[in-house]
Amino acid sequence: MIEARSLTKRYGAKAAVTDLSFTVRPGVVTGFLGPNGAGKSTTMRMILGLDRPTSGTVTVNGADYAAHSAPLHEVGALLEAKAIHTGRTAYNHLLALAATTGIPRSRVDEVIDLVGLREVARKRAGGFSLGMGQRLGIASALLGDPDTLILDEPVNGLDPEGILWIRNLLKDLAAEGRTVFVSSHLMSEMALTAEHLIVIGQGRLIADTSVAEFISRASSGSVKVRSPQAAELRELLAGPDVTVSSADEGTLTVEGLSSDRIGVIAAENRITLFELAPKEASLEEAFMELTGDAVEYRAPGQKPGAGAGSPTGTGAAGTAAQTDTDVEVTA
Amino acid sequence: MTAVAEPAGPARGAARRPHPGKVTQTRVLTSEWIKFRSLRSSYWSLLVGCGAMIGLGLLFSMVITSKWDTMSPLRRRDFDAITVPLRGYFLGQLAVGVLGVMVVTGEYSTGMIRASLSAVPKRLPVLWAKATVFAVAVWLTTTATAFVCFFIGQGFFSGKHIQADLSTPGALRVVIGTGLYLTVVGLLGVGLGTVIRSTAGAIAALFATLLVLPVLGEVLNFTSWGDKVNPYLPSNAGQALLAVHTEASGQMRPWPGFALFAGYAVAVLAVAAYLLKRRDA
Repeated sequence: MIEARSLTKRYGAKAAVTDLSFTVRPGVVTGFLGPNGAGKSTTMRMILGLDRPTSGTVTVNGADYAAHSAPLHEVGALLEAKAIHTGRTAYNHLLALAATTGIPRSRVDEVIDLVGLREVARKRAGGFSLGMGQRLGIASALLGDPDTLILDEPVNGLDPEGILWIRNLLKDLAAEGRTVFVSSHLMSEMALTAEHLIVIGQGRLIADTSVAEFISRASSGSVKVRSPQAAELRELLAGPDVTVSSADEGTLTVEGLSSDRIGVIAAENRITLFELAPKEASLEEAFMELTGDAVEYRAPGQKPGAGAGSPTGTGAAGTAAQTDTDVEVTA
Repeated sequence: MTAVAEPAGPARGAARRPHPGKVTQTRVLTSEWIKFRSLRSSYWSLLVGCGAMIGLGLLFSMVITSKWDTMSPLRRRDFDAITVPLRGYFLGQLAVGVLGVMVVTGEYSTGMIRASLSAVPKRLPVLWAKATVFAVAVWLTTTATAFVCFFIGQGFFSGKHIQADLSTPGALRVVIGTGLYLTVVGLLGVGLGTVIRSTAGAIAALFATLLVLPVLGEVLNFTSWGDKVNPYLPSNAGQALLAVHTEASGQMRPWPGFALFAGYAVAVLAVAAYLLKRRDA
């Protein structure tokens, strides 16, 4: 359990995190989402007592991180890939961390096997790839068999197999009743891993909600229909609360009717359908929708929220219907 | 999802064993010892430092022995059989100082410090443990090296019957003092490394203090300030322990001088502790 209350961090005049309050609960994977520079890493460093909050508090399992007598057993953290002395072997790195709290060598061997680094454990970490560094970081996070895990961008640099592995690992750890807090700027990754989301932009809380809710909030509920008898179908679908638009001949975008209903209508009228697809906004789109204003670093000329339509307000409907992304979510 | 070879499941099998492990100063000491002995730079620095001491001691002793017969009486009077073989400490302090700095800044430059401080969030035990492990390792190796240098030198000098031995007044103090002086130089490096956090910056500050200050101090010798300041500069004070005769040269007395030098190191370490505790990692 991680509880942040009015957490604020300023570096000089620049605010990195402002009045951030949230609770990360055990038993589910909680995603910590935000564009680069949103304050995710700063927040995580404050949780671990590495950075001192300007004001506000954050506790882990009910106490300041630094107040725990056996911190590695309370919280395991991966803050950045390769936060490892480059001249030291993976094995000795873990052994040194384990020694601070009396964790036996056998546990060091165990976590090395767990993350699949057995073959390179006696090699110096300076030669590790980013992916291997991530695995070593995850090994050190798991050393103390902690109740709470904090991982900053853990899939960075991992190959697809590694990504799948970490996704399952995180879910399993959460299923064991642990608190799992994972940051990412990759919405698609979070959609597959997390159940709950804490979204921040420019250091402020934007959303604290379940993934399903987050997506449905941004979903249009429109249905894409492709048919050789599109014109005919269009007339059959017409109704008081139904809008049908057509981008090109043979394709309809229907709002106000479920895909089930459209399928039934088509069948009753012996209309051939090539495609019948309910559109849900991807997490990516939902995210852009919410954080369009909160992106800190943007190339000049790039429209806010580019790729997902307008930055604010104008509604997800148009946005979601127009965009076909490869990261669609079926929640 | 396709089945992909996974490196075993999570810690489920080893389910939730109780971990009584509190962080203690002793455990942090063990941890820092593992860190120290698992870096090649530790061995290299000590090897280079001690090698330079022995090499230079050998060179000085050899040259003086071979030239002894033709040496002027004035030069002969300046000769000191105790200090000549140990003069390599001057080079040794570079290696030891750099190692002291790197023990700390190596963690900052690689990001390791975040792992260290999240494992020991009270932070100060890490600094004390680093300083202790480093000091013991350096003290043992440099003291042993000082004895080796001393006996090598006397081996050469005995050919001309100009040798000293450990019972010669001041001899044991200078030999033991060489290891002590170098250890404090290293600790000054540990302190400056923690304060400055960058390798280059801390090394520059360390050698500015040890080597440049005394040179600047020489300017003061043209004024009445010279005697009031120069003996108390860190390296001048510390090196009083390495001189046989301090009365004539205007240096501090050996042990008070060394105590002052150690005091400087303690002061820097105190500032380091304050900043380590207070600053964001």
